[in-house]
Amino acid sequence: MDLTGLRTAAPAGLVDRILATTGPADDWVLVDGPAGELMVAFNEHGISYVLAGDDDDALARQVRIRLDRGVRRVQKPPAGLVPALRTGRTRGLRFDLRGRTPFEQAVLRAALRIPRGEVRSYAWVAAAIGKPGAVRAVGSALGRNPVPVVIPCHRVVRADGRIGDYVWGGAVKRTILRGEGLDIDEVERLGSAGVVFTGSDTTRIFCVPTCKDARRTTAAHTVSFRNAAAAAAAGYRPCLHCDPVPTAA
Amino acid sequence: MDADLLFPRLVRAHTADVWTTALRLTGSHADAEDLVQEVFTSAWSSLQTWSPDRIDALRPRAWLVTITLNAWRNGLRSQSRRPQTGPLLDHDAAVHPVDGLDEDERLGELVARLPEAYRAPVVLRHVVGLSYAEIAAALDCPPGTVKAQVSRGLALLRKELSWT
Repeated sequence: MDLTGLRTAAPAGLVDRILATTGPADDWVLVDGPAGELMVAFNEHGISYVLAGDDDDALARQVRIRLDRGVRRVQKPPAGLVPALRTGRTRGLRFDLRGRTPFEQAVLRAALRIPRGEVRSYAWVAAAIGKPGAVRAVGSALGRNPVPVVIPCHRVVRADGRIGDYVWGGAVKRTILRGEGLDIDEVERLGSAGVVFTGSDTTRIFCVPTCKDARRTTAAHTVSFRNAAAAAAAGYRPCLHCDPVPTAA
Repeated sequence: MDADLLFPRLVRAHTADVWTTALRLTGSHADAEDLVQEVFTSAWSSLQTWSPDRIDALRPRAWLVTITLNAWRNGLRSQSRRPQTGPLLDHDAAVHPVDGLDEDERLGELVARLPEAYRAPVVLRHVVGLSYAEIAAALDCPPGTVKAQVSRGLALLRKELSWT
């Protein structure tokens, strides 16, 4: 007797209804960010996803697509998130980057090293992870950053001084960077003039132009370099704070 | 594999089998949907406590169908302790006459009216397609018993079919 005709397709939407009520789910909170409200999802491994705005359904959809997890709203943010958003200091924050490739994780960890108010080039990130040829791949990896703002992929800009692309658009990137005290006009001016590093002729140290030490140097004592070789030839050593010519740890 | 990563994949891959099992055991869409939800909730609680090795060794289809069977049998047990107040059975012949349905619908009604002891083995073997060994493990009885129940169940079905 053939009963295989009794196999029936599950009703439409049943899989979604199951996944909405059971299975892995992250908590999420609504917090103030540098360019409007942020929805921040997190779990026991750390912060897992950040989306701009206040739209429960949009977040649920994105977290399902990107992480294949559910979400439930809570009131209490994860430890350290609110101070990190206020000060831009992310030390101590934990992230759930389990779904990211090792390359993407390395890129995101490198972006975490860039202090508030400063920027680095895509080439700097590529060098910092020991893949100096992977400048474009660095751009793609930053574009897939699941936790924008909190991992500051907005602090990575083009070497020619242009601010470049951003997951939420170039305009938002500029707003966030201005809010962090960055002089965008100066970054664009130096970049378009081919200035990659600036040094001080009193200390004989060279920096990325937005390094807080470089910004203290008066105009009269500032010298510009197009590349690290020129700085070295002039007898300058790299700054230990901004690490202008990073080598992979 | 991580339970977090595995679970949504299990749901997508096996909801159809769990649904078919639940529908053919209960004979009711509403009861089947409740049962399916219960099955995956219970599967998720188990997976969260399992070691990666145990998760890797899992045979998910047979496991989920077994959970469905046990949840259904537990439901029957608690129903029989609490007399029902509503209609006795929503697949009662008086409520849903078998005449006028298409062949599969009619067959489905007849399967849902099989005595419970035959219904589960028939559904697991001939609808879901589990092996006798898997069904014996699920029902916790010897494979020979399963074979006997399946053939008695099929014989009853044939008799019913010849009457309708």
